Amino acid sequence: MLLELDGVSKRFDTQGRIAEVLSGVDLNIERGEFVSLIGPSGSGKSTILNLLAGLDRPSGGHARYNGQPIGGINRSIAYLTQHDSLLPWRSVEDNIALPLELRSQDRASRGRAVRDILSRVGLAGYERHYPRQLSGGMQKRAMLARTLVYDPETILMDEPFGPLDAQLKLVLQDELLRLWQGSGKTIVFVTHDIVEAITLSDRVVVLSKQPTRVKHVEEITIPRPRDVRDVRFAPSFESHYKALWDAIEIFENKGHAS
Amino acid sequence: MTMGMLETSAPSAAAVTTRTWRPMRDPIPLYRILFAAIILAIWQAASGRLMSPFWVSSPLEIGSTLLAWATSGILWTHLFVTFQETAAGFVIGASLAIALALLVGRSETARRVLDPFLTAIYGVPKVALAPLFIMWFGIGLMPKIVLAAVSVFFLVFFNTLSGIREVDRRLIEAITLMGGTYADIQRKVVLPAALPWIFTGLKLGLPYGFVGAVAAEMMASNQGIGFLTQDSAGQFNTAGVFAALFALMMVTASLNAGLGALERWLFRWR
Repeated sequence: MLLELDGVSKRFDTQGRIAEVLSGVDLNIERGEFVSLIGPSGSGKSTILNLLAGLDRPSGGHARYNGQPIGGINRSIAYLTQHDSLLPWRSVEDNIALPLELRSQDRASRGRAVRDILSRVGLAGYERHYPRQLSGGMQKRAMLARTLVYDPETILMDEPFGPLDAQLKLVLQDELLRLWQGSGKTIVFVTHDIVEAITLSDRVVVLSKQPTRVKHVEEITIPRPRDVRDVRFAPSFESHYKALWDAIEIFENKGHAS
Repeated sequence: MTMGMLETSAPSAAAVTTRTWRPMRDPIPLYRILFAAIILAIWQAASGRLMSPFWVSSPLEIGSTLLAWATSGILWTHLFVTFQETAAGFVIGASLAIALALLVGRSETARRVLDPFLTAIYGVPKVALAPLFIMWFGIGLMPKIVLAAVSVFFLVFFNTLSGIREVDRRLIEAITLMGGTYADIQRKVVLPAALPWIFTGLKLGLPYGFVGAVAAEMMASNQGIGFLTQDSAGQFNTAGVFAALFALMMVTASLNAGLGALERWLFRWR
């Protein structure tokens, strides 16, 4: 088991008011698995990622990575956060080279790695652009490239394609699957989008409202390699979708969390 | 390779500019030259008719004094001295300010402890420190450099400190998650993010440093533009005083132009 949450709870104390965000979350993720977390807004999805990344500690229970308690930032885990965090004063290539700089790689090998990853995420030709000159989708690609460039064994992604339009989302999902396929990397992917979760994942974990527990785990049986355009026509898609929808809907009045 | 950036933004901007200004280009520089010419003409005409040249000299006289100083080399020697003092004071004051601000910026406690003291010292007119520095360091370059440095220091320090406190926490978080150390965060995020604020401090501080250097020169010195002004005034050489003032203007203008060019290069990502 690569990632383990064992009865994890998390309370935040803000000005005397205690908010219980997580209450007894159990979650095991195997090496090489693609797991999505879905749940209503405020269900602590980002909190779980923060715990896995070592940005935060559980108030109760255990969080382990590779059998070891998570006690701080772990360099083999990459975390693609929701907000834009490209450094605005660095060009695309310099932004992507940043994690390699932090690992003291020499200039020549940094250049090679950056060129390679840029072409894989479809940003070749934009090396010398600054982030503000890129569209939202290209910024996401640049952030994805910055995450992949140092070859982390585990990647946490917090709604990486959230604000993008439907077509662009499909393109990026397709690229992500291509990059992940056969890489052996473990991905934990937070999303609001049930279709996206089914399309990408081996397993989809549905979280309840606060205080959050694991509400339902859906094994996605659609065979790989998948084509993001065809997934919704797979025979089992309907039943996965219904199961997930029902699991979420119990805790939402109607409609889909957004 | 700033060209890549300019190329992408230039076409639309250029198209708009040519269409709007085709008939007359930008007339402002021309108006400025006209304005200066009119003022100088009035001055020249009034001198000797409305006012005694002993008090106001005249543009032609000032021009010939400047020319004489320039050909004899006096102007350049003194200019160079003042420029040296300002530049040295500026570099020393600004680097100390940035380093100290980065240090104090680490801890909210340190900042709050030091704040009233720094604000109090900041409030003292720096020129009032000149006698002290002359007493300590003599009449050479040193007291001017120190006074210039002190004048620059506070503006850069306070600006840098606000810049550090404004840094986007999410950028720091991102680099932490990539495995960045404390030094990495300072060097690769905090410093570049605070740079616009630091630059504002530098731009505000430069004239103050210049004032510090010249003021100290006027009190006790045998070289520099401040000395030249004082010396000319001592001999009732009004044209000399104006010529020296004009030289001072040239120094500030060129220092500001240099800083402006540096700023455009540093912030080409904007």
